[in-house]
Amino acid sequence: MIRDLYHIHSNKWLTGDIWEMRLIGDVYPITAPGQFINVKADGHFLRRPISVCDWDEETAMITIVYKVVGKGTEALSRMQSGQALDVLCGLGNGFDVSKCGKKTLVIGGGAGVPPMYGLAKELLRAGKTPVAILGFNTIEEMFYADDFQALGIETIVTTVDDSFGVKGFVTDALPEEYDYFCACGPLPMLKAVSDAASTSGLLSFEERMGCGFGACMGCTCKTKYGDKRICKDGPVLEKEEIIW
Amino acid sequence: MVIDEVDTCFFYDDGPGLREELKYWRKDLGVTLSGIPLDNPVIPASGTFGYGAEFAELYDIDCLGTFSFKGTTLEPRFGNPTPRIAEAPQGMLNAVGLQNPGVEKVISEELPRMKEFFHKPVMANVSGFSIDEYAQTCALLDKEEQVGWLEVNISCPNVHGGGMAFGSSPEAAAEVTRAVKAVTKKPVFMKLSPNVTDIAAIARACEDAGADGVSLINTLLAMRIGLKTKKPVLANGTGGLSGPAVFPVAVRMVYQVYEAVGIPIIGMGGVSSPEDVIEMMLAGATAVEVGAANLVDPFVCRNIIRKLPEVMEQYGIDSLTDIIGGAHHG
Repeated sequence: MIRDLYHIHSNKWLTGDIWEMRLIGDVYPITAPGQFINVKADGHFLRRPISVCDWDEETAMITIVYKVVGKGTEALSRMQSGQALDVLCGLGNGFDVSKCGKKTLVIGGGAGVPPMYGLAKELLRAGKTPVAILGFNTIEEMFYADDFQALGIETIVTTVDDSFGVKGFVTDALPEEYDYFCACGPLPMLKAVSDAASTSGLLSFEERMGCGFGACMGCTCKTKYGDKRICKDGPVLEKEEIIW
Repeated sequence: MVIDEVDTCFFYDDGPGLREELKYWRKDLGVTLSGIPLDNPVIPASGTFGYGAEFAELYDIDCLGTFSFKGTTLEPRFGNPTPRIAEAPQGMLNAVGLQNPGVEKVISEELPRMKEFFHKPVMANVSGFSIDEYAQTCALLDKEEQVGWLEVNISCPNVHGGGMAFGSSPEAAAEVTRAVKAVTKKPVFMKLSPNVTDIAAIARACEDAGADGVSLINTLLAMRIGLKTKKPVLANGTGGLSGPAVFPVAVRMVYQVYEAVGIPIIGMGGVSSPEDVIEMMLAGATAVEVGAANLVDPFVCRNIIRKLPEVMEQYGIDSLTDIIGGAHHG
């Protein structure tokens, strides 16, 4: 983990409450997809944890896609390219690509979609065949579906109101055969996926955090393998250890 | 903690670099806390620094005066349900609820591990739910060579049936002090609650009962309510407020307690800069703990130590020991 000032390359509205920010700075602290950065929004005391969507060493660029849920993220959405952002970079225990099977489902729901993009890229790099399943309430809230498709992977979109793709939830689009799954999204979705999936998998959780690097015990949860800090031991946990 | 203040985090050479820089200024940062010398008065506060490991990954934590480790109880504790954390103007609320692995594991696992990255006496923070439990935990930690001081928390606002209850009356505070003093030869600092009418009376009761010092302030009992949910944000309902928002309250209480007792005071509450450290010492603190600021900037304690000599120079201070209680004189 490092703390540094990152320069905002762009900060762009995608849809609804969803924004995409590109940051220029050191990328090396990021070692796995599903990790997050902790950003300091002006006028707010605690940092805001936001998962890394994509990162590129050559251009020293980190992409985050975030949802405006309160005043902190709203302040973030008002920041402009050229401004500096105080960032703790390379936090958390991300998705372990080596655990993923050949055909791994990459399942994202709503604001949980972004980290799955970086994961899909890493899976491709590791010679695997990810299948993306992206769930949204409605077509108006859909984002990044094209980006997943542009990776050349099978991409299934579900919408609850049937405005696009498969009608229903991500669990309505699970293929018959696959080797592994990774998921990020709201808690009910994670539970539904975990219940419906026939294989092992990894799930990324969200919790209110104090520090984001394991010091304050603000985000501890109970697991079958003992108490874990979502920020440091997670946010990615194994299906088998989760107590629902 | 505005962005302009980030600059010092770009120094990554803590060991020799920091020592050279401190030498350059020819300032005396040293203080003595109950007979144990500290290189400087900066101490990360309990509950914001774990058992040190997360920070030792980031910098050489031997640069600290010492640190107060995570509040430890006789039995392991999971703590409160989440959410345990909420935002506040210039601060935060927490209701962690004394999550810790229990004193036995702290002694068998955390202290040996700590030996690898921290080579100074550490401050053991202890909490309990009965006088007997305080005494038992302190008796076990008394045997540990690495422990320099015991900081006895009688002020946790986030656990029921204990913690703050002992810090809310002079009699109960004195009773815990006596029980702990009876089982240890190490200096005992009683950590006091600000959620009382007269903190000086409680500090005096601790002193009369044999305390070697007092630590103050713990967090202020607080609450946030979510407008969307129309319910308290924290699962525990209430939590403890900390951060810069409480700093003036802490300074006032340290000032009052300094007038009331003769034992040393560890001042804390919203400290996040070298200027805050100096202000706290002028109020009467011999050493200063830094809490919530560690969670926002994990490098803050090192940066405060690094900047202290320069700020001392700015205010014509050569020795930090000389300024303890300075606001009371003349």
